[in-house]
Amino acid sequence: MSKRTVELELATPGLDDRGQPVRVPLGVADAPDSTLPEPDLAGEHMLINLGPQHPATHGVLRLVVELDGETVVRVIPHLGYLHSGFEKLGEYRHYNQIIPLTDRTDYLSPMANNVGFALAAEKLMGIEITPRCTVLRVIACEMSRIISHMVWLGTTSIDLGAFTPFLWAFQERERIYNLQEMWTGARLTTSVTRVGGMMADIPDDFVTGLREFTQTFPRTLSEIDRVLTRNAVWVGRTQGVGALTAAEAINHSLSGPMLRASGVPYDVRKDKPYLDYETYDFDVVVGEHGDVYDRYLVRLEECSQSNRILQQALVRLPDGPVNVADPRVILPPKSRAMNDMEAMIYHFKQVMEGVKAPVGEAYVGIENPKGELGNYLVSDGTAKPVRWRIRPPSFINLSALSRMAEGHLLSDLIAINASVDIVMGEVDR
Amino acid sequence: MNPTVDALRATFGNAIGRGLESCGDTIVYVARESLLDAMTWLRDTPQQGYDYLVDVTAVEYRDRERPLELVYQLRSLPRGAELRVKVELDPRGDLTVDSIVPLWRGADWLERETFDMFGVTFRGHPDLRRILMWETYAEGYPLRKDFPLRGRFSRAEQVRQALAANPADMRERLRRGERGKLPHSE
Amino acid sequence: MKRVIETKAVSGQSPNYLLAKFQDLVDWAVNSSRANSLWPMPFGTACCAIEFMATAASRYDFARFGMERQAFSPRQADVLICAGRLPFKLAPVIRRIYDQMPQPKWVISMGACASTGGIFDNYAMVQGIDTIVPVDVYVPGCPPRPEGLLYGVLLLHKKIKGESLFDRVPRRAEQPLDERGLRLPPEQIDEISEPFGNSVHQFRSA
Repeated sequence: MSKRTVELELATPGLDDRGQPVRVPLGVADAPDSTLPEPDLAGEHMLINLGPQHPATHGVLRLVVELDGETVVRVIPHLGYLHSGFEKLGEYRHYNQIIPLTDRTDYLSPMANNVGFALAAEKLMGIEITPRCTVLRVIACEMSRIISHMVWLGTTSIDLGAFTPFLWAFQERERIYNLQEMWTGARLTTSVTRVGGMMADIPDDFVTGLREFTQTFPRTLSEIDRVLTRNAVWVGRTQGVGALTAAEAINHSLSGPMLRASGVPYDVRKDKPYLDYETYDFDVVVGEHGDVYDRYLVRLEECSQSNRILQQALVRLPDGPVNVADPRVILPPKSRAMNDMEAMIYHFKQVMEGVKAPVGEAYVGIENPKGELGNYLVSDGTAKPVRWRIRPPSFINLSALSRMAEGHLLSDLIAINASVDIVMGEVDR
Repeated sequence: MNPTVDALRATFGNAIGRGLESCGDTIVYVARESLLDAMTWLRDTPQQGYDYLVDVTAVEYRDRERPLELVYQLRSLPRGAELRVKVELDPRGDLTVDSIVPLWRGADWLERETFDMFGVTFRGHPDLRRILMWETYAEGYPLRKDFPLRGRFSRAEQVRQALAANPADMRERLRRGERGKLPHSE
Repeated sequence: MKRVIETKAVSGQSPNYLLAKFQDLVDWAVNSSRANSLWPMPFGTACCAIEFMATAASRYDFARFGMERQAFSPRQADVLICAGRLPFKLAPVIRRIYDQMPQPKWVISMGACASTGGIFDNYAMVQGIDTIVPVDVYVPGCPPRPEGLLYGVLLLHKKIKGESLFDRVPRRAEQPLDERGLRLPPEQIDEISEPFGNSVHQFRSA
């Protein structure tokens, strides 16, 4: 593999004095040959393309694989096939208008993204949320963790040949989807938080429904465990595959189950607690070898820990308002907005102008099911952020793919790719 | 304020700009030329030990007079400390900075994305190509403030250029040295 | 009173009743076979793909509607279901996959982003896959519920059953891109990609 420093002509995009776009030259200035990462293979090795449309790439990921027979010599991932310009869009939207955008980045765990962004916006604006809202957000995050891990489990089993756990996992997801729909009206694109509170309080049947779920969910987990964990095929395909040491994992900036499976006991909920997570009783699941099998065990056990947190949260859910009592940030209730002049003015200002954040910047990282999801917001005093940066855990976890897959077989590459637990909406944003 | 800021100033002197706090996070400005040395010091000095790179990105402000800032978010896992290091660049000038990939492998794709979205070049990066847009993308650097939300070209032109960016022809075109050409140009 | 009715020979009309009935029978057989076993090519990109998977799972199960086998190779697929948003980088991919499908083929555009670009009216998103491939059924929603997707599939069944092998218009002909590299004239692409609605703040940054 040739590594070459690339000297690039810089483009200064903009409009020239006639208002026409300036010519944008990109790329290598005068290199005789291009800096393609994909070599021109003369004969021995084979280049194959696991193209963006592929059942086993978990989204639109393109992997160009250099093979020596069946062994992977090099993997070059190509991303960007789902780049939707979220961060650019965020600069044109009010803070509450960005919440529906956050659903669509990591669409497997939408509520966790909503919570992450709301926490960052609240840190920026210096808002403290109510106790009831805190517990509800913990419930939202843990529900999202369960559904995300269930998708991961289902799709990874399919990749490795086991179809039944997919159906079991998706059945559990349907039960959580019912609860999400009961609460927010949407199965998938929930937009459940607002800056300073939640979109709505939970309905009456929600607590009983969730309690029932937490009582029956461990049975499904133990069924999946019985089918997969000591299964010779599963163990044979996942043990020793794609291992990363702790030092490598830290150097690659991995996070979440990928980092913990390699033996680094870092969990944002324990080490940089948010939403009162330090008051909940749960364990951080840490693996040992950092291979695909350990990641599977870590995620499976995390599901039971999430279940535990949900049970505790349901017990301690306090009464009280769910939104902060600040009329400049939270829309007043319709009855007041229609009858009281002051409330109507607050409503008007929030809807037409948006809530202005003070000048400053804030970064909040939460423990997304995929890893550490960070939202970095920079404000210049207006209602729309100057910069909304999503620190994407899947993007960074995926960058370690080429390191993990070297030397393994092609079928192992599929297992390793599955174990990274990527969601392309977040990788590409 | 994180005590690292004072330690940095003691070691690097004038290369360290202002240090401030925003919403509880410590931010320190470092001069562009000393970035690699400062980052190496931050990672390798035992009392600092910032072994985990959280994020690399850039911020361009709406106010045209403010510089473009490169933002590096660092964390020390054993100490639990966080630090935000910023480098100021002139948005109308030379956007070149040293790459920190030799220190943290995680910076590889993060720097490629900053190049793709802002046009910042990282000296010493092993493979600086566009990562989110296609490699012969001609419209510019999307997250710059002078790049309009809906892009510079008309929708039909965007569709045409996108459909023409097939990987097979792209290899050939990149090999010939062709880089994103605007339509109606020579 | 005598009334004289004039008859005109209309070209293309079969004067023979038996021939017409035979054509109907053939059409019914062909269309039923095609509609009742549409093998989908799931071109799943984003959130709609998750709802697509939920539709394939046990609770909604579109195998009941004939989509038993999801054909991941376009060469073996009947209907391309574009589930999710389509950025410009993915545009040549969907065009190539569509071209690789053999006739008869149909396209379902699932979700708001595939139909019109959805909430992403920006530099990176194709404003509707109909600027790139011809679409038969649009399923709105963000994401559409599984029942919505099933309704779209049933609409496609209805459309297929209304086709005829003996049409004057050749329905099953390939429509490749023209010499400009586009499927529609550029003015039409610009027109259908125009933003609509009355939100004045959408493109204002501050």
